[in-house]
Amino acid sequence: MHGRLKVKTSEEQAEAKRLEREQKLKLYLSATQAIFQKRQAGELDESVLELTSQILGANPDFATLWNCRREVLQQLETQKSPEELAALVKAELGFLESCLQVNPKSYGTWHHRCWLLSRLPEPNWARELELCARFLEVDERNFHCWDYRRFVAAQAAVPHTEELAFTDSLITRNFSNYSSWHYRSCLLPQLHLEPDSGPEGRLPEDVLLRELALVQNAFFTDPNDQSAWFYHRWLLGRADPQDALHCLHVSRDEACLSVSFSRPLLVGSGMETLLLMVDGSPLAVEWRTPDGRNRPNRVWLCDLPAASLNDQLPQHTFCVIWMAGDAQKECVLLKGRQEGWCRDLAMDEQLFRCELSVEKSTVLQSELESCKELQELEPENKWCLLTIILLMRALDPLLYEKEMLQYFQTLKAVDPMRAAYLDDLRSKFLLENSVLKMEYAEVRVLHLAHKDLTVLCHLEQLLLVTHLDLSHNRLRALPPALAALRCLEVLQANDNAIESLDGVTNLPRLQELLVCGNRLQQPTALQSLASCPRLVLLNLQGNPLCQAVGISEQLAKLLPSVSSILT
Amino acid sequence: MANNLPSEFDVIVIGTGLPESIIAAACSRSGQRVLHVDSQDLHEDVEEAGALQKNHASVTSVNSTVAADSVCLPKEDESLSTVSCEIPAEQTPSSNPESAPEVNDVEAIEEKENDCNDKTCMQATSEKETSENVPTAENTAEQPKKNMITYSQIVKEGRKFNIDLVSKLLYSRGLLIELLIKSNVSRYAEFKNITRILAFREGRVEQVPCSRADVFNSKQLTMVEKRMLMKFLTFCMEYEEHPDEYKAYEEMTFSEYLKTQKLTPNLQHFVLHSIAMTSEATSTTIDGLKATKNFLRCLGRYGNTPFLFPLYGQGELPQCFCRMCAVFGGIYCLHHSVQCLVVDKDSRKCKAIIDQFGQRIISKHFIVEDSYFSENTCSNIQYRQISRAILITDRSVLKTDSDQQISILTVPASEPGTSAVRVIELCSSTMTCMKGTYLVHLTCTSSKTAREDLEPVVQKLFTPYTETEIENEEVEKPRLLWALYFNMRDSSDISRNSYNDLSSNVYICSGPDCGLGNDNAVKQAEALFQQICPNEDFCPPPPNPEDIVLDGDSLQPEPSESSSILPTNSETPKESPYLGNPEEPSE
Repeated sequence: MHGRLKVKTSEEQAEAKRLEREQKLKLYLSATQAIFQKRQAGELDESVLELTSQILGANPDFATLWNCRREVLQQLETQKSPEELAALVKAELGFLESCLQVNPKSYGTWHHRCWLLSRLPEPNWARELELCARFLEVDERNFHCWDYRRFVAAQAAVPHTEELAFTDSLITRNFSNYSSWHYRSCLLPQLHLEPDSGPEGRLPEDVLLRELALVQNAFFTDPNDQSAWFYHRWLLGRADPQDALHCLHVSRDEACLSVSFSRPLLVGSGMETLLLMVDGSPLAVEWRTPDGRNRPNRVWLCDLPAASLNDQLPQHTFCVIWMAGDAQKECVLLKGRQEGWCRDLAMDEQLFRCELSVEKSTVLQSELESCKELQELEPENKWCLLTIILLMRALDPLLYEKEMLQYFQTLKAVDPMRAAYLDDLRSKFLLENSVLKMEYAEVRVLHLAHKDLTVLCHLEQLLLVTHLDLSHNRLRALPPALAALRCLEVLQANDNAIESLDGVTNLPRLQELLVCGNRLQQPTALQSLASCPRLVLLNLQGNPLCQAVGISEQLAKLLPSVSSILT
Repeated sequence: MANNLPSEFDVIVIGTGLPESIIAAACSRSGQRVLHVDSQDLHEDVEEAGALQKNHASVTSVNSTVAADSVCLPKEDESLSTVSCEIPAEQTPSSNPESAPEVNDVEAIEEKENDCNDKTCMQATSEKETSENVPTAENTAEQPKKNMITYSQIVKEGRKFNIDLVSKLLYSRGLLIELLIKSNVSRYAEFKNITRILAFREGRVEQVPCSRADVFNSKQLTMVEKRMLMKFLTFCMEYEEHPDEYKAYEEMTFSEYLKTQKLTPNLQHFVLHSIAMTSEATSTTIDGLKATKNFLRCLGRYGNTPFLFPLYGQGELPQCFCRMCAVFGGIYCLHHSVQCLVVDKDSRKCKAIIDQFGQRIISKHFIVEDSYFSENTCSNIQYRQISRAILITDRSVLKTDSDQQISILTVPASEPGTSAVRVIELCSSTMTCMKGTYLVHLTCTSSKTAREDLEPVVQKLFTPYTETEIENEEVEKPRLLWALYFNMRDSSDISRNSYNDLSSNVYICSGPDCGLGNDNAVKQAEALFQQICPNEDFCPPPPNPEDIVLDGDSLQPEPSESSSILPTNSETPKESPYLGNPEEPSE
């Protein structure tokens, strides 16, 4: 047809493109080679800047070349006049910006800019803030730029209120912005530093309520947006529990002292220091964990020398001081007693409520109400369901137990992908409730049968328990942390899916272990039981290993001290 | 002057409205030789009326342009064919879409006599206007307050106004945007996002939260309302996938259906009038859901509302397509009228046009805008009318921190039988009005005259310009500085069969319709283009300059006209200088 433009065919175009690419690659490789040669030869001059800029301009992610540039710039700093240096820096800043336009998410480029700015005698922070604003205008979720902005704001000492207002403006534009919410969570505690709010730095109630209203707006608008829910969780549960010693137990028989802590710690030289005072004098002891592995743990033990347990005095006082945690606990072993202990009651310390720990239950109550309102509108929203559960936990775990279990059921139905996680979470909450109930009843017997448990946690809370019933659950193992149960005498774990008994180790008082109807396959799975000196009754009925020929003999050989083994 | 146009083309396009311009661009892009003429000296007669005084000129020129009687100029070689004349362009309706019912507007009538022709007479024109025909504007020279815009200032700054006769917006996923992108024509225009969707409810103007960010930021909605609105909108996005949720309501109107949803009355109002923008009385559930989905689909592509507005006005867009046409060799003659079409007696096909200088230009295809046809041709057609008002005001109907808001507001029909009025308020950064003023367009389907249809709404939203009132109280409503009411013909949706005696190679383009978007114009252009150039791609992007083969020796037989017309090699896409008067003789 006449008048038609003649255009290259696609083959011609492809060929032209191929030639172009070939040419490009050649240039790229030769420039790279030249740079490395110069670097090796120590020729760190402006020509290296020129060469690296050719490559970085096209591919800003070549981290080695940024290093090269830094070396050159450092070198030049010593050689050039201030005017020349100023020109150099100006060029470098311009070059960096052009690289950021090529890839606004290049780690190397942002890092180089940080490096450069922090070396300048009089950096122009205002310009940097403006640069960040421009890049965030294009992509408000570019976390590289957010990181850099936080660096700049810190260097320039931008008032926190201004930065908070900046996050406001970005959240207004699009609240689905983790970076922005996160920045708020950094700024708010700094803005509301109150001397009396303690190390946890909780927010004043009016600020908290304002933030809750903001985040509620977000999750009512779009309940499926995770960023808002995460911020909500942070608002309600920001405080870390204070370091504390929860329980101190001394046993005369085993000549052993056990301590449980609020968080896992590693005791040893160069690590945390624990100081033991017996009757007012320090005593040097070897600390170890119940499972003998000496990894970070919440429970630590030490053997006591006979002298500190002798019956001559009416009582012995034991005091453990946790230096770093600035905490201590003391207990008394009276004459004629086998054991002595001192512990915090779980309910007093709200041990289990650290997920959400706002003091004001009115705030939590009103949050619970709005979430329930939302849940009625969005019965299948998992974030809402989970938040309701957490709020109930924080408000009154025992009162809401039944309701909580129903919500778990709904939640599992709407989020089957996370069923196992939810089962574990549910197990954890049920176990917490059982511990609370046990403590209210002031007994050392814990019944956890028929609770559909999938995992055991908070075992460090069970330091004093003597009888534990775990039967009819879905446990697949008795975990190593079980070794913390120093007083356990009877352990029932019938009808689970247990394959390993690793946790049943070094239990000094264990006499009976009932693990009928489980999935123990090999006699070797029972090896650890040999470390329980007082074990006399072991019931293994209904486990696969009972089918093996000559199993009784094998077991008798493996566990000679166990007088009664039922297979 | 232009007696030396080439005498042969493939396609002649008469009228520079949007559909005609798109067809011209598409044909030219496909290698057709295109001649594009318009009897107006403004580039887009239909769409745009240039600066303020130009607008007046075009409004008032209606009567002055005398409908040339159709003259048939048979040529020797056509002696066999009696030439039936398809109607001269310079017919009353040709110059102005609003012309047909122009009588019903007082202002326009009054101006008609005294306003002559030229931009230069603006001073006189404006003087005249102020004294005679703009009832809402006072021509007092005294300035009541410093920062108050007066009528005389507007007249003085008349060049700052670009007033579209047609008021439309671009849906950001509408056909026009897709076409602008596909064809690369978008590079010739700049756009601004509409910033607000407004509603008129219980006598008050309020902002409609329609995007996620709006809903999040809204202070007027309760938490539960936020959820309900978001939930409903989310459903509308994919309503087709949940037929069980609306099938039962298919028989009822959309407004009834909304009542069955858990939406509070204000949410129902927002969805019905401001988001779906459907009629309360007549739209069905499906219509409403479809319209809502379309609105939502367009959200977020370029901003938090679904609409774009071209800087300098809607009238820019036909111009952009014309530019594309010219880049590929199309020839432009503005202010060039066509006396008649020449029809071959035997074949009943149109062969040529005779232009105002009597030159006979032959072509294969003829695209003619509806208003260029004679009354005879259109005698069987009952045109609908569009009521329009254009206002200049001194502040926004809803004040916010920023004075640079572009808003669309739907005022629902007040009584049965009338239609809702669409109000588009443009701020000065759209480059359509001077700083400190707002240009407001009102549009609805006519039930009476434009003034009767629209004045009640104008009275609700604005106050007349009077100084006394201002001194007494701080008026909340914007003041009217200038107002113009007119009706224009709606020639859309008219079947080709309704026109009398059309040759098969004469194609009709309708003038603008009453709708908000431009889909009709694009559909029309594409359909006509497919008839003219079957199996050709519609407005493909221009090739990359690097991919153009420049050695002309491979394909020599260029048509003589086009090679001589273009000063440079016609293969390089370069703008043809012939935007005005072609000067070189073609043969």
